Amino acid sequence: MTNLFNYIERKSAIHNLTGATKLICLMLWSFAAMGTYDTRYLAVLSLLSMVLFKIGHIRIKDVSFMLGFTAVFLLLNTVLVYLFSPLHGTEIYGTTTYLTAYHGYFAPTAEQLFYHLNYWLKYLATIPIILLFVCTTNPSEFAASLNRIGVSYSVAYSVALALRYIPDVQHQYYEISKASQARGVEMSKKESLVHRLKAASAILVPLILTSMSRIEVISNAMELRGFGKNKKRTWYMERPFRVWDYLCMVICVGLLAITLVLNHVNGGRFYNPFQ
Amino acid sequence: MKKLSVKTIVAIGIGAALFFVLGRFVAIPSPVPNTNISLQYGILAFIAAVFGPVAGVLAGLIGHFFIDFSYGWGVWWSWVIASAVFGLVSGLVTMKLNLDEGEFSSKSLLVFNGGQILGHIVAWVVVAPVLDILMYAEPANKVFLQGVVSAILNIVTTAIVGTILCIAYAKAIPKAGSLTEED
Amino acid sequence: MTDNIIEFRDFGFQYKAQQSPTLYDINFAVKKGEKVLIAGPSGCGKSTMVHCMNGLIPFSYNGTMTGSVTIAGKETKDASLFEISHTVGTVLQDSDAQFVGMTVAEDIAFALENDCIPQPEMKERVKQVAKMVNIGDFLSHAPSEVSGGQKQRVSVAGVLVDDVDVLLFDEPLANLDPATGKQAIELIDEMQKQTGAAVIIIEHRIEDVLHCPVDRVVLMNEGRIVVDTSSDKLLSGDYLERCGVREPLYVTALRYAGVEITPEKHPSNLETFALTDEEKEKVHQWFKEVPSAVQQPSADYMLQVAGVEFGYEKMMTSVLHDISVDVRRGEMLAIVGTNGAGKSTFSKVVCGFEEPTKGSITFCGEVFSTYSIKERAEHVGYVMQNPNAMISQVMIYDEVAFGLKNRGIPQDEIDRRVEEALRVCGLWRMRKWPISALSFGQKKRVTIASILVLGPEMIILDEPTAGQDYKHYTDIMEFLLELHAKGITIVMITHDMHLMLEYATRAVVFSHGRVIADDTPAHILTNPQIIEEASLKETSLYHLAMKCNLKDPTAFVQRFIDYERNTARHDESV
Repeated sequence: MTNLFNYIERKSAIHNLTGATKLICLMLWSFAAMGTYDTRYLAVLSLLSMVLFKIGHIRIKDVSFMLGFTAVFLLLNTVLVYLFSPLHGTEIYGTTTYLTAYHGYFAPTAEQLFYHLNYWLKYLATIPIILLFVCTTNPSEFAASLNRIGVSYSVAYSVALALRYIPDVQHQYYEISKASQARGVEMSKKESLVHRLKAASAILVPLILTSMSRIEVISNAMELRGFGKNKKRTWYMERPFRVWDYLCMVICVGLLAITLVLNHVNGGRFYNPFQ
Repeated sequence: MKKLSVKTIVAIGIGAALFFVLGRFVAIPSPVPNTNISLQYGILAFIAAVFGPVAGVLAGLIGHFFIDFSYGWGVWWSWVIASAVFGLVSGLVTMKLNLDEGEFSSKSLLVFNGGQILGHIVAWVVVAPVLDILMYAEPANKVFLQGVVSAILNIVTTAIVGTILCIAYAKAIPKAGSLTEED
Repeated sequence: MTDNIIEFRDFGFQYKAQQSPTLYDINFAVKKGEKVLIAGPSGCGKSTMVHCMNGLIPFSYNGTMTGSVTIAGKETKDASLFEISHTVGTVLQDSDAQFVGMTVAEDIAFALENDCIPQPEMKERVKQVAKMVNIGDFLSHAPSEVSGGQKQRVSVAGVLVDDVDVLLFDEPLANLDPATGKQAIELIDEMQKQTGAAVIIIEHRIEDVLHCPVDRVVLMNEGRIVVDTSSDKLLSGDYLERCGVREPLYVTALRYAGVEITPEKHPSNLETFALTDEEKEKVHQWFKEVPSAVQQPSADYMLQVAGVEFGYEKMMTSVLHDISVDVRRGEMLAIVGTNGAGKSTFSKVVCGFEEPTKGSITFCGEVFSTYSIKERAEHVGYVMQNPNAMISQVMIYDEVAFGLKNRGIPQDEIDRRVEEALRVCGLWRMRKWPISALSFGQKKRVTIASILVLGPEMIILDEPTAGQDYKHYTDIMEFLLELHAKGITIVMITHDMHLMLEYATRAVVFSHGRVIADDTPAHILTNPQIIEEASLKETSLYHLAMKCNLKDPTAFVQRFIDYERNTARHDESV
């Protein structure tokens, strides 16, 4: 069974940060990287994120599976953007610098390639941070962290329950789908779309009906142990903030601030070397 | 906002788990190349219809967030939010349905499907592309076309899968109450 | 002030959606520190009693209450669910659903977290109770990494952290293998002694609960209390038989032998059961008189599994090692062993749900491995434990016809085959009913019919009777016997020793992914070494034979089964 969090227990400065800190930093960092198309700044963030990746003692082979997915996703998206809007770069930067003698609709322009470069840099700046988060945060601490950063504990516990029951649901889906294959349910390409959907429903109906009774039993179990009694609750897995936690958060706030300043200086989200 | 009941909290958790498992591990090829059918919206519409719009929003948000998260490509917030919006809209429209008491008439069927169609249109033709443009500066024609294709596929999927689930669930509830309505 | 911690007075309850009350005239009290067993067949109202004692009634389930229930002197309707949960701790039957934490430690801490207990105190308390129930070494384990018995220990710990005055166990034995069940009963006993809390056990498997003494047994039937007495008195009367609850096997055997059961003999525990020499002689006599029924197994092999290995990719260890099992035509075979011993995986490999890494599977001489899941299902059918996980249609007819429709079989043939399957399963008259109107046992029949309709020569059933009371158990098993008589070969995966003893002609024992025994049930359940290795439990008939100094206890057990098959059960069915 695939686990959602790819938590790898090692000793590192990143592991030592509380989950809440990492969650806040992840969000600040993502906003910082998302909010700008300033190539210089994105390059700095990319470099920085790779350094942090190293500090977290995570090896490429720990995450090679996820990296593979990301690469495919990025390539696909790049191709799509190019096919649909080969002039997107021109629209953004306001100039057209053809790179070849061919000047048709799909002709490569410096602006378009530069836009794609920025697009890739954006990912390079955020992916290592996300992977770092996934690999160094104990999933048990995740719900406590959400609650810590202001999400109500009910919702935080919903998240914890989802994490807890994903493997069970997955296992059950697998069993039901095998049993229905024995009865001839098929979802391959041979069949029509409507047929495939009906076949899928033959698996989903038992899955949902058993899940509904599961919901009832779990909520009874939780109420019987006093869930929802108080306005607050404590968390077994929560850890106290230390100096480093505050420092990291301050740094990340700084990174976001730089984005905002740059957007102001550049007069927009894009850094334009063409004018 | 009223305090969430424990049952709703659990439903959000299990709903998100279902959404995640179906969206992440179940690949049914769709007629559009390289795209899979998103069965999870059938389930989400059902959860929203039974447990209400709050459950719809949160189950969609958490479930979709986890899917993106597990691929490691970063959370594509515009689409995560769109999933949540779908849960919200279809949950709001279907608030009056009494699936829990085993009621699913042909009128309920229309309400349910009206809700899901409206939800998918708002989510994929409005919210997702607009956010894509605002957040990721993606080209407009690409994102709107993607949005329209997704909306159509998801509407068909939810119309079949979601409706079958509602009927099956409503019928599976022993209607002891209806026995008393005989006279 | 009385010292009753729980007290029902002229109590009745009717669920909002139901037409008639579920409980009538309940007068019943539990004293502090007392240990009470509540028994009764399914639908007798014992689950509703649980809800009334832990506060889910009236706070989660709607309905009308009459009379009064007090907990620690306070009417439940004037208290709150949370208040009650501090006095009464409930251990639910489904320990997977009760395990809401991501790890053992978090789950134990759940109630403390909700009570806003500060972390240092919380960690200390968790450590303490974890040690008490002997799971201290597993604190950081995820639910998927602990066994069923350990999960239940976690549930117990999660309730004990709250310092409750009453421990309420809802069918604690339902999901456990025999040896773990025995340990669970011992654990409950120990916890009661250590904490001084009152213990209430809801269970219909009386013999297993009586492994440790209880102060009282309350027997319920049809929403009323039939009798509230000591276990010795209960076993001496015919109460259990009248309510369709099974009495301990050794008691039944002694009755067959003509020994009178009286409270003075302390029948509730075989070890302390006082038998005179004269009575032992009666048992000897009975043993000699009953004819033995020898069955010749057919030599016609149907399924042959040889040298099969299997392991899940992610885990390095393999789940099945060198498994060789043959199933003969017309057999009724039991596959037994602990949870995780590999018995379910074995059946999945046979049905093609999983691909073995090594070994061969042949069916009637054909190589089975080249068949798809769908093709195998036409020879070997697989029935899952929970019928709800198999049913996808609304109407009975559609459900049974589903597999044939998917195979594109012409409508007139579908009609014919569905009719046949429904008739075999005794569902023909209900063919137009919605499935939701059926009981659990009837749903099970529907799933079996939907498999039979595909025409398999053999069916594999995963825990066919799990969680069923004696009546439903008998219904399902007698139905399987009928199928068997019609020539279907039946393989049952089970951890119910009674089932194996009474119904299987042969048993294969799995332990840690290997087959460690292949013999008659009577031989297996009298072999201490196999019992120990596979976490099974000796049958009490064996102990009875030993107590009566019989030379061949295995033959005695076999004789008992044969007698039940030929005489007792025959009388019932006529």
